[in-house]
Amino acid sequence: MQNIGDVMTMQQVMFYIFSGLALFAGSMVIVSKNPVRAVLFLVLTFISMSGLWMLLEAEFLAITLVLVYVGAVMVLFLFVVMMLDIELASVREGFSRYLPVGISVSVLVVVALVSAVGPKEFGLEKVPAPAPYPVDFSNVKALGELLYTQYLYPFEIAAILLLVAIIAAISLTFRGRRESKAPNPSQQVQVRKADRIRLVKMKPEKTGEERESGSII
Amino acid sequence: MQTEMLMLHNLALIIVFLPLLASVITGIGCRTVSRTFAHSLTISAVGLSFFLSCWILKALVFEGNPGWNQTLYTWGVSGNTSFQIGFLIDRLTALMMVIVTFISWMVHIYTVGYMRDDPGYQRFFSYISLFTFGMLMLVMANNFLQLFFGWEAVGLMSYLLIGFWFQRESAIFASLKAFLVNRVGDLGFLIGIAAILYYFGSLNYDSVFHDVRELAARGDMLIIMNNHEWSAITVICIALFIGAMGKSAQVPLHVWLPDSMEGPTPISALIHAATMVTAGVFMVARMSPLFEYSEVALNFVLVIGAITCLSMGLLGVVQNDIKRIIAYSTLSQLGYMVIALGVSAYGAAIFHLMTHAFFKALLFLGAGSVIIALHHEQNIWKMGNLKKYMPITYITMLIGSLALMGFPLFSGFYSKDLIIEMVHASELPASKFAYAIVVGSVFITALYTFRLFFVVFHTKERMDKHSIEHLQESPAVVWVPLVLLAIPSVIAGGMFIQPLLQGYFGNSLVVHPNHLALTEHSVEFKGIFAMAVQGLSGLPFWLGIAGILTAWGCYIKYREIPLLLQKKFSLLYSIFKNKYGFDLFNEWILAPGARGVGWIFWRLGDRLVIDDIGVNGSANSIGKFSKVVRRFQTGYLYHYAFTMIAGFLALLVWLMLT
Amino acid sequence: MVALSDYLTVSAILFGLGVAGIFINRKNIITLLMCIELLLLSVNTNFVAFSHFSEDMPGQVFVFFILTVAAVESAIGLAILVVLFRRLKTINVEDLDSLKG
Repeated sequence: MQNIGDVMTMQQVMFYIFSGLALFAGSMVIVSKNPVRAVLFLVLTFISMSGLWMLLEAEFLAITLVLVYVGAVMVLFLFVVMMLDIELASVREGFSRYLPVGISVSVLVVVALVSAVGPKEFGLEKVPAPAPYPVDFSNVKALGELLYTQYLYPFEIAAILLLVAIIAAISLTFRGRRESKAPNPSQQVQVRKADRIRLVKMKPEKTGEERESGSII
Repeated sequence: MQTEMLMLHNLALIIVFLPLLASVITGIGCRTVSRTFAHSLTISAVGLSFFLSCWILKALVFEGNPGWNQTLYTWGVSGNTSFQIGFLIDRLTALMMVIVTFISWMVHIYTVGYMRDDPGYQRFFSYISLFTFGMLMLVMANNFLQLFFGWEAVGLMSYLLIGFWFQRESAIFASLKAFLVNRVGDLGFLIGIAAILYYFGSLNYDSVFHDVRELAARGDMLIIMNNHEWSAITVICIALFIGAMGKSAQVPLHVWLPDSMEGPTPISALIHAATMVTAGVFMVARMSPLFEYSEVALNFVLVIGAITCLSMGLLGVVQNDIKRIIAYSTLSQLGYMVIALGVSAYGAAIFHLMTHAFFKALLFLGAGSVIIALHHEQNIWKMGNLKKYMPITYITMLIGSLALMGFPLFSGFYSKDLIIEMVHASELPASKFAYAIVVGSVFITALYTFRLFFVVFHTKERMDKHSIEHLQESPAVVWVPLVLLAIPSVIAGGMFIQPLLQGYFGNSLVVHPNHLALTEHSVEFKGIFAMAVQGLSGLPFWLGIAGILTAWGCYIKYREIPLLLQKKFSLLYSIFKNKYGFDLFNEWILAPGARGVGWIFWRLGDRLVIDDIGVNGSANSIGKFSKVVRRFQTGYLYHYAFTMIAGFLALLVWLMLT
Repeated sequence: MVALSDYLTVSAILFGLGVAGIFINRKNIITLLMCIELLLLSVNTNFVAFSHFSEDMPGQVFVFFILTVAAVESAIGLAILVVLFRRLKTINVEDLDSLKG
């Protein structure tokens, strides 16, 4: 058992490292002044949380979190933050004013939650840790079997949801095709005289004498 | 027999719908069809109806046809109740049909002369034909719904015809008054019909009359206004009779009839003397199976009839307008009929209805003849000695007056005498009182009838010169109906009394065994001449003679007597002049009272409760509430988020505490 | 050995950080979106932890779907943000009060 105990300790070490990192990065997300840094700290939070998920033997999800979330969504965040010209001063306004309220509310939430899910309810005595999966166990295969059998329809709906999101995001931000400089032959052929020339009748404005005298010009 | 029934059946349909058809054609085309076309179409339609009615009467009376009761068309079905249109043809209906179509026909012909110069000529013919249709629907109905339809149709036509000269303000008021007063009666009638539907579950006469014995035996009680228990049958009968009071102008719902004289004279003759106002009498006679089971209702009918009979007769004595005198006499005669109904002498009531229809239509048309001869002068004190100029009118009016006062051998004598005998024989609590009134009213009737007659046709000429120059007998279209009406005014009584007493009506009128006055009397009947001779020695005859002599004395011989009396009894005279204050009461107390109640309901009920509290109140309170609540809608995302989190927190705490 | 309650506690604290972030950064809409991501992450962690400790695979399937929805949400949210910024030249939440009643 001593041997196993060492392994456990290793797990605990990893748990504390990752969770400590995640909480630190999380708090930096909400307090950092620069949005770019906030996004980067969010990335760190995600990565450390994916480490925790690894400990929970959810390898596929952990990797998905890093690849999809960090690789795509967070980069999107980064793009947007960098694209937008944000006045930092006005955005940071009232930060200290709302800090006590925010902290007290969140502390209340945390206390309430922890007292609900704390060791008293979900400790090892109550919920013993399951035996680790054998080495040849494939988390991806197990998840895939579920997704493509029992959860096929929700899976398809999720795919459609993503498609909708793509179309929605594009149609929201799309600003029309850029003006092309190439000529349109069809329009060129169809043009008529009346479209181009307008003949107007008018009196001659100046007599020759006036022009010679140079009164106006 | 089968084919004959079928033919009669079709005849009935033709009788009813010919006037409707003629009316619709002239009515719709009233601006395009010619005058000649309008009157010839309607006159021939109504005339044909009259002859066919006579045929039906003949088939029923002389050929022993039992009549029929048939539903033609189901108009609608609601639950177990079906609303139908159907005809009940029996001897009562057939007699009424003949009366209605005959008078209507006469009036149609007469109108050709009377309305000759009126711009609304075609419209008038359309109206009176439509009226004839409505009246026929009323008398031929075999269920209460159709009865009510006819009832309202004739009411509507009465309204339209009283206000025929709609440029005259007084005519508009009179028509409105007639309509409103009739509404009061109609409400009672409608309640009665509703009660019948409630208790009998049917509107057909047949089933109602069949079930009434059962209902009376069961003695259903109706609680009206905290703990006053009334028997259901009494409530039904009184409610129906209130309808009859409106239509037949019984006190206190009589006020519209004198004012209805604003309408053209043919209308006064047709609607407000001969037919429509007698619809109430007809209806009660038709409902005799119901009324027979309620002693209380019969007494009520009797008392109302007696009051109307005497009080309205007295008013006739002080009137100066030729048409109003006859109108009050109509009221008084309607009182006679209602009294007869009250003592269960339904046959006598219908008998008097018939004779009255003839002689009263005659009197009205005669008055109309005088009126047009004098260029629409209606004040009897601006007439006089007209017998010199209008001999035919004079003679026919004399016949009408003698018939009205009940001179022996004239039609009015038989019907009136019969009613007096019936009241005498009746054992109802109120019959002694009624007997005194009917006998006294004979004197009054003779007095006002001959006052009118003497003042208009005798005495010296009081017309202005211009009128005298043009004064002449009315044209043939006017005097021919007078003569045609004068004939039944003389002979109808003598002709009809024998079959009546020998059970003419058969089972169409029902009399309870306890009230069998009519058959007891029939034993004494020895013949019309014997009855006339017997009448000569009776009290009513001598009272009538006294009335004539009084009228002669007061208005021909000693002109100063009435003026002296007028001065001596000025209080009584002013009471009579103000028609007992019914109009004043209505004008100063009832109408403002109703308006006041309406104002209070409008103010409190409508404006305050419904508008201010109900409709606007709910809207306002929602608005006020929203005004407070909208402060929560700051539009800031973080406020919403905060609320969400606070809610989440509260939920969490609540979950943990429990 | 790490207990279930430890994971849950970490995710609870992360959730608290997300809530606090929403309160503190009430001006910056981008940070608000990021805080929502934090909240979703903590929820996901709960799912994964419960799934692991009760040896129940469908829990992870749910995480999969939540990730999908979260990605969609942030994509559309950012698109709206970009359009908003183009229109108003600001991402200050206090200027966005056209919903005010």
